[in-house]
Amino acid sequence: MATLRNSFKEMLRYPSAIIGSVIILLLVIVAIYTVIKIPYNTAINLWRGGEEVWYQNPKFAPPAWINFFSSKKLPVSFAVRTTDGTLNKIVTPGAQGTSTIDISYTFDFQYDDYPQEMLLYFTTQYAQKQPFVSIVWLTPDGRKIRVDDLGVSQKQTLRFSQDERLLQRLNGANPMQALFEDPKTHAIVKGKYQLQITGTTFEPGSDINAEFVFHGQVFGLAGTDQERRDLVLPLLWGAPIALAFGLVASLGTLVLTMIIAAIGTWYGGWVDELIQRITEVNLVLPFLSILVMVGTFYSRSLWVILGVTVLLSIFTGSIKSYRAIFLQVKESMYIEAARAYGASNFRIIFMYLIPRMIPLLIPGLVSSVPSFVFLEASLAVLGLGDPVLPTWGKIINDADTNGALYKGYYYWIMEPAALLMITGFGFAMLGFALDRIFNPRLRDM
Amino acid sequence: MAVETQSATGGVKSTLVNSTFLRVGRYTLVRLVTVFATVVVGVYLTIMIANMGGYVDQIMKNDIRDRFTQMLSTPAYRNMSADARKTLLEKSIALEEKRLGLDTPVAVRNARYLVNALTLNLGRALNMTSDSGSKEVRLIILERLPATLLLMGTSELFLFFASVLLALTLSRRYGSFWDKMVITLSPTSAAPPWFYGIFFILFFAAILKILPFGGMTDSPPPDNPIDFALNVMKHMILPASALIISSLFLSIYNWRTFFLIYSSEDYVEMAKAKGLPARDIERRYILRPTLPTIITNFALLLISTVSGAIITETVFLWPGLGRTLYRAIGLYDTPVIVGTTIIYAYLLGITVFLLDFIYALVDPRVKVGGN
Repeated sequence: MATLRNSFKEMLRYPSAIIGSVIILLLVIVAIYTVIKIPYNTAINLWRGGEEVWYQNPKFAPPAWINFFSSKKLPVSFAVRTTDGTLNKIVTPGAQGTSTIDISYTFDFQYDDYPQEMLLYFTTQYAQKQPFVSIVWLTPDGRKIRVDDLGVSQKQTLRFSQDERLLQRLNGANPMQALFEDPKTHAIVKGKYQLQITGTTFEPGSDINAEFVFHGQVFGLAGTDQERRDLVLPLLWGAPIALAFGLVASLGTLVLTMIIAAIGTWYGGWVDELIQRITEVNLVLPFLSILVMVGTFYSRSLWVILGVTVLLSIFTGSIKSYRAIFLQVKESMYIEAARAYGASNFRIIFMYLIPRMIPLLIPGLVSSVPSFVFLEASLAVLGLGDPVLPTWGKIINDADTNGALYKGYYYWIMEPAALLMITGFGFAMLGFALDRIFNPRLRDM
Repeated sequence: MAVETQSATGGVKSTLVNSTFLRVGRYTLVRLVTVFATVVVGVYLTIMIANMGGYVDQIMKNDIRDRFTQMLSTPAYRNMSADARKTLLEKSIALEEKRLGLDTPVAVRNARYLVNALTLNLGRALNMTSDSGSKEVRLIILERLPATLLLMGTSELFLFFASVLLALTLSRRYGSFWDKMVITLSPTSAAPPWFYGIFFILFFAAILKILPFGGMTDSPPPDNPIDFALNVMKHMILPASALIISSLFLSIYNWRTFFLIYSSEDYVEMAKAKGLPARDIERRYILRPTLPTIITNFALLLISTVSGAIITETVFLWPGLGRTLYRAIGLYDTPVIVGTTIIYAYLLGITVFLLDFIYALVDPRVKVGGN
């Protein structure tokens, strides 16, 4: 206990240890927050949701905060609907069970580029007679453009850029441009735009609800991918998965390596010889391609890959260095004493040999976490990521297969890469400092 | 003894050279046999893992079916009715499978596959073809091997010499600004090479547009051999730098520490006291005795970077083994995946052996014949 407290005090002397610990602590907090806020099943359903869940988002949209850094402001996405009051709706009853429904939305458009798309989703209730709506677009400079007049069925979607009647009215010009620019100068008109929907229902109990979705060029805190998914979800969920994978793999590998090294050195003879030969064979086994084989032939589940990773990482160079230390410890007096009073082999290995190694284990444990975190990402980049889980590597893989670097969607790669890098460096920095604390030989250097 | 040696200098020298040669030779031979045995076991394990789901069996069966279908489509069989041809096909396949022992126990089958793998008889690919149009997995892989060796060899050699030299320089003035800089930067080695590759592509290819995104040559490649070499070099800058950067700082740091430990040995102090020049001390008193350990460490580093190179090649579209493996995964081409794994096991074995050989050349204990 006293040694631990001393080590802790010593840690405070190393700035890299403090930075590393803070990063790890923050990651753990984010991971816990994520798992509580977005439970596993919800996360999976959202991640694999597709168009129905994510229709409100534009595709390939960088995060909204890039507007702060750029003089060219890109339109921010939003969605409003009548069902939760964000879109204004006034119902005026008329004669013979008919009613007029006025829906309108005014928004300030102060951007230097056109939006990707605008959509109207109608949901209506009626028995026989379809309600009818007229949609009008009001620009800041006072022009009034009729978008469309149509009878709407129970569920109907209107895509502005693909609406035939609107295209005809605009003489074939791209609606996303024509609706936002001056017809003569072709410059974007900034100011308050208004969308007016006037609906008429022809039956008592008939109703119209609408949702106006504005696909801008930028979206949210992290942007979106090719399936309109909000990248905040995989970025957040990547943290608990990376931490779990890294820690479990590194802990499992180290503990098993140590136990096997201890058993080998204690018994000596053919056991020791066998372990050394296995280590040599393992050295020529191509680690990543075996993982690839397991991934393609058997299972891509993260936990299967984790198991194989641990198995293949046991018999590596570190078993040799543990062996060298155990050989020294084996000769020490207290082991001889234990042997003299008749302690069993099992007792000596697990009660006397291994506990001696634990302080040496801690730096190794911490500094091997990043390699496993990056291993998960590497497999995902090869297309062998877990098919269900949203991870950082998966984002990079999606970005890579969609040519993000060539097409300029830099945010898509940079966000997960930055998180991976922060995680890796956090653990590596702490590990380095711990190594100096627990290995006094390095301390002066 | 001493008198004798002096009187017959010439003769003793020649036997000395002879015995040194013999010892190195014997050591090399023993290592060669051990490494070969290791590779055999490694390849066997690879086959076992692949064949647990029957994938190697499947490769064999596809091979047989392919061969007989081709044989029966030759003009000699044209007069046969379709039905008769089909029964003949199924019959001959069944016979051939029996002949090749596909109905024998797993252990026997695996042993046979082991022999096939060791003789590079890797079967035929399902979808992929080599540039010359062949479906032989061996040809597909061997065609890609030079590109991988070029990239890996260049970057690893550079890495080795750069880090040893820089580590020596730093160990001389430890505590200086550059020394602290390297210590601060050493955690950067936690990230694999492909990770740096992405940043390099982003910065040098996408934003600055001064280096190519990937590939090995322009398309079409230049005809002139000198232009061609220059073109390949230009394409190699980014992937090689990614491979180097990802392990440079950690290996400088490790070896610097190692040199520092060694430079406080008594015999080094003694040499300093004698007033030997710093260069000599570095070369003969520090570098020489640490070289074997450095080489062993380097071997381990090299082995761990082979895996990283697979994805680096993929990221940079470098037409090597790693990219072949990546494409094979995408096409679910099992024979190529198994074949690549086996070739990687071979490559690792050869690396271990080569380094062992260099080790024998630099380690005085092997030369002098001590244990």
